[in-house]
Amino acid sequence: MHAPLIQPTEDGLYCAAGDFHIDPWRPVERAIITHAHADHARSGSALYWAAKPGLGLLQRRLGKNTAIHGVDYGETLQFGPVTVSLHPAGHILGSAQIRVTDGHEVWVASGDYKRDTDPTCAPFEVIPCDTFITEATFALPAYRWPSAAAVAADIQQWWQANASEGRTTVVFSYALGKAQRLLAELPTPHPGPIFLHGAVAPLTDDYRAAGIQLPVTQTIGEAADNEDFSTSLVIAPPSAAGSTWMRRFRKPATGFASGWMRIRGNRRRRGYDRGFVISDHVDWPGLLQTIEETGAKRVLTTHGRADELVRYLNEMGLNAAPLNTLYGEDEENG
Amino acid sequence: MHAFAELFQTLDRARGTNAKVSAMAAYFSQASAADGAWAVYFLSGRRIKRLIGPTRLREWLAEATGLPDWLVTETHEHVGDLAETIALMLPEGVEQADDQRGLAEWVEAEILSLRDCEEAECQSRVTSAWAALDEAGRFLYSKLLTGALRVGVSQTLVERALAQASGHPQAVIAHRMMGQWTPTAAFYSGLFSEREEHEDASRPYPFFLANPLEADPAELLGDIHDWQAEWKWDGIRAQLVRRGDAIYLWSRGEGLIGESFPEIIEAAETLPADTVVDGEILAWQDDVLPFAQLQRRLGRQRVGKKLRAEVPVRLLIYDLLEQGGEDLRARPLGGRRQTLEAIMAGMPPPLMLSPLVMAADWQALAALRAESRARGVEGLMLKRRDSAYGTGRPRGIWWKWKIEPLTLDAILLYAQPGHGRRANLYTDYSFAVHDGEQLVPIAKAYSGLNDAEIRRLDRWIRQNTRERFGPVRSVEPQQVFELAFEGIAASSRHKSGVALRFPRIKRWREDLGPGDADTLQQIKALLP
Ligand SMILES: [Zn+2]
Ligand SMILES: [Zn+2]
Repeated sequence: MHAPLIQPTEDGLYCAAGDFHIDPWRPVERAIITHAHADHARSGSALYWAAKPGLGLLQRRLGKNTAIHGVDYGETLQFGPVTVSLHPAGHILGSAQIRVTDGHEVWVASGDYKRDTDPTCAPFEVIPCDTFITEATFALPAYRWPSAAAVAADIQQWWQANASEGRTTVVFSYALGKAQRLLAELPTPHPGPIFLHGAVAPLTDDYRAAGIQLPVTQTIGEAADNEDFSTSLVIAPPSAAGSTWMRRFRKPATGFASGWMRIRGNRRRRGYDRGFVISDHVDWPGLLQTIEETGAKRVLTTHGRADELVRYLNEMGLNAAPLNTLYGEDEENG
Repeated sequence: MHAFAELFQTLDRARGTNAKVSAMAAYFSQASAADGAWAVYFLSGRRIKRLIGPTRLREWLAEATGLPDWLVTETHEHVGDLAETIALMLPEGVEQADDQRGLAEWVEAEILSLRDCEEAECQSRVTSAWAALDEAGRFLYSKLLTGALRVGVSQTLVERALAQASGHPQAVIAHRMMGQWTPTAAFYSGLFSEREEHEDASRPYPFFLANPLEADPAELLGDIHDWQAEWKWDGIRAQLVRRGDAIYLWSRGEGLIGESFPEIIEAAETLPADTVVDGEILAWQDDVLPFAQLQRRLGRQRVGKKLRAEVPVRLLIYDLLEQGGEDLRARPLGGRRQTLEAIMAGMPPPLMLSPLVMAADWQALAALRAESRARGVEGLMLKRRDSAYGTGRPRGIWWKWKIEPLTLDAILLYAQPGHGRRANLYTDYSFAVHDGEQLVPIAKAYSGLNDAEIRRLDRWIRQNTRERFGPVRSVEPQQVFELAFEGIAASSRHKSGVALRFPRIKRWREDLGPGDADTLQQIKALLP
């Protein structure tokens, strides 16, 4: 048996036959990037390839002067004997699964992905393969996502109630991807103006620049000194919770949007007024559906809780094993 | 069922007691008497007997989801709560829609009736109930099946809500809710009824509670002569009720505990008729014995001669609530005490007057408080001499002035994920101290760190794991924590030979290295 087409090295996932890395966590010569989240897109490599819709985000993450080759979804690249193509992962704008083949077998490294519809990015595409590298962030059967539209309607209703009490509504959410998805999902008309934290605003502009339709927003830093925010919705990263930054809002009602909010204990412990179950990662039913649809005989896992998934898949007759990666380490709360 | 599930969700989310009270009051105002009775029953922390054990529920859940047993178990482990696991794992049913049955009908027809059905029928009824309910309903139903619905509101809050809904003073509601009752429509209507019908003779009064005193009493409480000081006993708070020939001993958890303490029931016959006193049950031989001794008397159907002789008990009485059938609670404490002393004069053990602690000024009182540990008490109680015996725990009237806990420095040795509210994080810790060249486990602790520290420690644990045993990780013995605890006793069940009472983390001592942690010898020196 020959060496695996892709295997983890101390630099990251490496394809020796094509001499390139996928989402390396150390600087390398050639890096193919699945998406712009910090645990996948790290700076310092010599050459990058990534899907075109996410180039703006990546350029912001990796630095203006970094050379990144934009690749169309479905376009093929040749690395020696190895053919590579990128396909939508449905995770955030520009997220891609990396299909790798040497002519004998097909591997797909899916990065992070989800199966739910998301108005801010291209939907996940099933790529038949022999070996599927999947994330396992929420790989337990308790994680089943409600529809994002229903959750957004819930947020809208809560915002309305807060606004009628003169309380600012603050939703904490991961700044890249989830914040923009929330914006896009919120039903109109809105009960009040929408403000973005300074960490969320530029990323949101990148989405707009890529042609994604999002509602009008203002940035907190540019708000008037006497802005009262009493009917506003504010979207901020979780790091802003409990900080002095929050002092500008009187009696804010706070909510947290994350897949972890599925568990009551997490909702309670976090100390937010509300927890909203919305995730850009795949849930348990989506995970099993995807693995089945790819037809993969071998499944390798990254991120989080892999043990149960691996055991379950092996019992189902697949060949599954965890891959040792650093993904998910500094990803904020799914 | 839907309305109660919604109330549960609102209470679960609500922050602040006012929001909780008004949510309950709104529910009580619209509920039918039958539903309201069950709602009061569950909200006030009462339970129905567990009808189906967790093992069977997990098996049925595995069948309903088509997943292997071990995966159900792992998921339960992660979620932390079985009813929630059931709610989360099952897909939204197609049948759910419009079940109009109320809480009472669900409890009586779908839950209590399972008591008499065969295993197979039981399973099919439970499984179809799961399919018929939405997530919130399924959670509640499964909670009730496992007999462990914890709502997070105190009985006092329920009383406040009922007071709001009924227009009665809270004290009236509180008294009507004491003692034994069954959740019937008649009971619920009785809570709302206008006339004080004949009150059940067994009922104790709601216990009046003290707040912890963290400030200097000299500054906060003014003149010491306005205050009555007593020892704060470490026992079981209880009311002894004698009405006519009947005698009842009630613990604060509102259970009747007379069977565990027959000598107190016997002695109560020497009390004048229609008397209610409030006090503390203690294990006592010449002097107070540790709480661990008293625990041996609890939860037994019968207390035999041998145990009675081994662990003698006393009721130390500190308040008189009713005399000759008259409710004395509105009278000032000073007057109640005088009458109590007259009644108690010459009373033989095990009934005993809890002595007053006399001091000329706060400084002298503080000096006496400093002797608490040697005396086997937790500190002092400070009660305003002019105070009525109220309900609940209002501030400023009765204080408990406890002594500082004991502390030790120990090394983190094992960690495992928390349950429920902390299922994603390593939050349950085991600590060790030095014993020669070795480390010996000394205590487990779950609480005391703030969220930021918990997250930081969680990360450290993941990066410094030595071995994994199921969910438990052993870690590099590097992190030192100051643990606080309330007491220490010799124990043959612990490898260290000692058991700590109420250990919890006081702070993370990042300034200390493992070499700075305490030794077992140092800790054993604290043994009484
Ligand atoms: Zn990601
Ligand atoms: Zn990731």
